[in-house]
Amino acid sequence: MERREYNFTEKKDTRSGFGDGLYEVGSKNKDIIALCADLTGSLKMGKFKEDFPERFVQVGIAEANMMGIAAGLTIGGKIPFTGTFANFSTGRVYDQIRQSIAYSGKNVKICASHAGLTLGEDGATHQILEDIGMMKMLPGMTVINPCDYNQTKNATIAIAEHIGPVYLRFGRPKWPIFTEDNEPFIIGKAKKFVEGNDVTIFATGHMVWQALEAEKILYQKGVSAEIINIHTIKPIDKEAILKSISKTGCAISCEEHNTLGGLGESISRIISENNPIPFKVLGVNDSFGESGKPIDLLSKYGLDPKNICKFALDVIKRK
Amino acid sequence: MSKSIGDLKKISSQVRRDILRMVHNVQSGHPGGSLGCTDLLVSLFFNIMKRKEKFDMNGKDEDIFFLSNGHISPVFYSVLSRSGYFKINELNTFRELNSRLQGHPATHEGLPGIRIASGSLGQGLSVSIGSALTKKLNNDKSLVYVLMGDGELQEGQIWEAAMFASHNKINNLIGIIDYNGQQIDGPVDEINSLLNLEEKFKSFGWNTFLCDGHNFENLLKTFDDAKKRLKDNKPVVVIMKTIMGKGVDFMENSHKWHGIAPDDDQLKKALSQLDETLGDY
Repeated sequence: MERREYNFTEKKDTRSGFGDGLYEVGSKNKDIIALCADLTGSLKMGKFKEDFPERFVQVGIAEANMMGIAAGLTIGGKIPFTGTFANFSTGRVYDQIRQSIAYSGKNVKICASHAGLTLGEDGATHQILEDIGMMKMLPGMTVINPCDYNQTKNATIAIAEHIGPVYLRFGRPKWPIFTEDNEPFIIGKAKKFVEGNDVTIFATGHMVWQALEAEKILYQKGVSAEIINIHTIKPIDKEAILKSISKTGCAISCEEHNTLGGLGESISRIISENNPIPFKVLGVNDSFGESGKPIDLLSKYGLDPKNICKFALDVIKRK
Repeated sequence: MSKSIGDLKKISSQVRRDILRMVHNVQSGHPGGSLGCTDLLVSLFFNIMKRKEKFDMNGKDEDIFFLSNGHISPVFYSVLSRSGYFKINELNTFRELNSRLQGHPATHEGLPGIRIASGSLGQGLSVSIGSALTKKLNNDKSLVYVLMGDGELQEGQIWEAAMFASHNKINNLIGIIDYNGQQIDGPVDEINSLLNLEEKFKSFGWNTFLCDGHNFENLLKTFDDAKKRLKDNKPVVVIMKTIMGKGVDFMENSHKWHGIAPDDDQLKKALSQLDETLGDY
């Protein structure tokens, strides 16, 4: 595979990918119900609400009730998609998800916007960095964190077909679009963006673009980095991870999440149990976030291309 | 086919025996609230609800029951088995390893009759609303019933759901409160009083009914009236006065039997007060 350099012509928020994907599946499948807790505009659910009012449930500021209603809607065959911020989709309602959705095996799609630091100015009360960990610990839960508008849209369409509870995580800021608009999303299948030989960079969500930017810097330095997008954190693509590291011999992971409990921990387990090569986890190092512009926050917390390169070079040295 | 009041009384006596024997067998479980809700569940499953013989998770075109206060699983399991959803001998496995009769109700093991896990309190009303919404969307005219404990009403989610149900005119849902006035740590009025519960629900936009949870005539008539009142386009709640531990003199009216199993002597004494009408499992 020849090295391809990724660029973008347009930026769009991943939450709009969700809104457009929801509208598309909702147009085709009359069993799809959208629920929202007073954030219709933020979640980009307005078009669905307007065109399918009988299948839109406004619950008001009552997320626990929303999760319970979603669980109940599945009894009789509906496919509910809940929409609110990631913090209120997980931490606020963990027990409701655990008992009424996950343990009860209900076909609910928990769709969570404004995840991670890139929420920006609202600050740490809303910037959840623990949600992937909480959700991946629930037996039977599928956890997906797409990387751009197109992938979020395609993931939203894909989860409607999947039977079982899903946590779909996306974000607020306008972000480069670099995947294809009609590319089918395969749950649990990692996507290789760049073929490389010296180091593997596993990334999820907004951090995939950061990793692609880092790859360009590394290439200039003569380092060949392989960029792999782990959009599905659970079930994780163990095969793709092991195949890549057996070639490159070292790896790092990047996520807009606490280093405790996120993607990095899932990959480290696979590596330590199967092929213990040098590996480092890049994420927010067990702290809360703060107010600021998304790009500035990513830099302050070390989630910028420069620091990704530093991590990559560190593991290469340890080979 | 409806049962006579005499038949319902006989079934209740047997269900109470089942509850005591299940809890005694594993020295674990919640007899107090189970005994208190026996007459309700027997009335619901044998007379009030229109249900199909075979269990189907989707429950289309049949009435659906949710137990929100999942700790009273013994009465739920006994009534489900006595209604024909599974063999009564399985009651013998309650709370044991590899059983479908988990400590608190669960769908995970596939026990017929259970549509949602419950035990962590406060969630059942929301679930029942979701189920009621689906029935409306499917043009299914059958009803949804949900039982909650009175202490459980201290959970905030109940009131989120109560607001939603009236705002959205959920007129195919009947909520039931087991109003025994007791919770684990003592009388509800001493722990965190509900004050005037009927007024609370009224102010949340619900139609309310009061009933005696141990008088079958009163129970059947109340639910008959409650169904008719759904025409008002409001959800309905039945606040059902019960006695925790009903049917066993030394257990009645005490929160101490909320989650304690009887010992051998206590079981013998308790069973002597309840006729074996349908045969023990």
